[in-house]
Amino acid sequence: MTSRKSLWAAAAALAAGAVVVRRSTVRPADPAAADRWLTVTINRGPGDIQPDRLPAPLQEYGDRIETRIRPAPGDRGTELAVRLRQTRSGTSDSVPARLAGQDPRQDLRRALREAKSLLEAGEVLLPDAPPTTHDTPGGKLVGLLTRRAGGEGVL
Amino acid sequence: MKALCWEGVNKLAVEDVPDPVLRNDQDVIVRLIAGTTCGSDLHLIGGYIPFMRSGDVIGHEFLGEVVEVGAAVRRHKVGDRVVVCSFVGCGRCWYCANDLWSLCDNTNTNPGIGQALFGADTGGIFGYSHAMGGLRGSHAEYVRVPFADYGAFPVPEGIDDTSALFVSDSVPTGWMGADLAGVKPGDVVAVWGCGAVGQMAARAALLLGAERVISIDRIPERLEMTERHVGSEVIDYTATDVGAELRERTGGRGPDVCIEAVGMEAHSDSPVHLYDQAKQQLRLQTDRPTAVRQAIHACRKAGTVFILGVFAGAVDKFPLGAVINKGLTVRGAQMHGQRYIPMLLDRMAAGELSTSHLATHTVTLDEAPRAYDMFKHKSDGCVRAVIRPGG
Repeated sequence: MTSRKSLWAAAAALAAGAVVVRRSTVRPADPAAADRWLTVTINRGPGDIQPDRLPAPLQEYGDRIETRIRPAPGDRGTELAVRLRQTRSGTSDSVPARLAGQDPRQDLRRALREAKSLLEAGEVLLPDAPPTTHDTPGGKLVGLLTRRAGGEGVL
Repeated sequence: MKALCWEGVNKLAVEDVPDPVLRNDQDVIVRLIAGTTCGSDLHLIGGYIPFMRSGDVIGHEFLGEVVEVGAAVRRHKVGDRVVVCSFVGCGRCWYCANDLWSLCDNTNTNPGIGQALFGADTGGIFGYSHAMGGLRGSHAEYVRVPFADYGAFPVPEGIDDTSALFVSDSVPTGWMGADLAGVKPGDVVAVWGCGAVGQMAARAALLLGAERVISIDRIPERLEMTERHVGSEVIDYTATDVGAELRERTGGRGPDVCIEAVGMEAHSDSPVHLYDQAKQQLRLQTDRPTAVRQAIHACRKAGTVFILGVFAGAVDKFPLGAVINKGLTVRGAQMHGQRYIPMLLDRMAAGELSTSHLATHTVTLDEAPRAYDMFKHKSDGCVRAVIRPGG
């Protein structure tokens, strides 16, 4: 059982690492990464999504972001894309910076997801609290990764 | 309140945890009447599903009474007896609007994990790892139900608690397998696994008009139960060659539709099982796809294989050549329960679906760790243990 436990912890750590490492390992091969739009498709008509009336999480960015809105093909709603106007520093998307939650794209990605949820479902689903009544080293690692998970991902 | 918590690999404990509270306006709080063990819980208990934390409350198949209602809830009131879909759907994203509820865009509170693992995040599910949303599970005295207007369904008076309980997950999962596999009148359907989901997939196939349904397992009491309560033919895979038996029963063609309802911890009596088990234990593959491989080999040319069992990651020796060269359609999904639950409750009320036989054991919450042990080892004829927190 002990070996299973350590294997599980290793598997969790590996999978967890994938959350933050995957994009890092891919990014050098993606010369457009720094300027790439973060994009979601919202199940609302284009008329329902106006650049000057975006939900609060994006509205708070003001002129710090660029916004692109266009109809999604195939009656899938509206594509909403955002990106930061200011170019990031060279280290802001490093693994340590992202684990520390210091990559500004993490906050923007989280805001974009929250905007989509507000536009579609009317609220942003909150996790149950507290997440656990006690913690272990493995649990703390999962806790760190879930705190970052809202700002990570492939969109 | 008391709750059944995951405390590490193969360690469960009943603990005191904070009562749930309304966190969103579309939430309700449900007092548990009954929940049930599910085979997919065994994967996370056994450490095969990553992103669990000590103290996580498990359980996702349940029925209860609404005791508190959020400000934006429109379809429920205090006192309603509801069966709750195990997957949470917001009801308004493109996936929910297209009846693909387990793919909801807005109910996984940890979307980055799913996107890294699968390329896209799934919807949230109760009590099933932080990769799947991290929502607290239902093996507790109370549970918070987000987006309750879409995921909680009033139970008609004529349906008893135990029967309705299984409409939360196992019945719609089985139905979805037969439905999305395109079962139609005249088909011969083979179902791997005679647990609750496999039995319900077989029953659904018969109700959708299949000419013959053949269920495959190794546990004598499950085979007998499937034959008696579902009306399916059965094959004991420890007593015969499944492929040869299926060819013989289908005029040499193979089944038109093969439904796999086993999942990542499949058993087999072939040497390949040892290979799969060794690789899984060494984490060189995350899942044992024994039944999937067999279904693909057994399926007739241009037939359909539907994967209902839970798989988490990567598998080895997947027979892709058979898929291509036999022109198969392979499909899988987590269950889109909201799509089926109202219809299933109607069918249950009409006497077309019976589930009470699945509840082979009933226990209190304090006895739940022992029930899971019995369920895992399939001892004492256990198919499903029903957990009643109120006794």
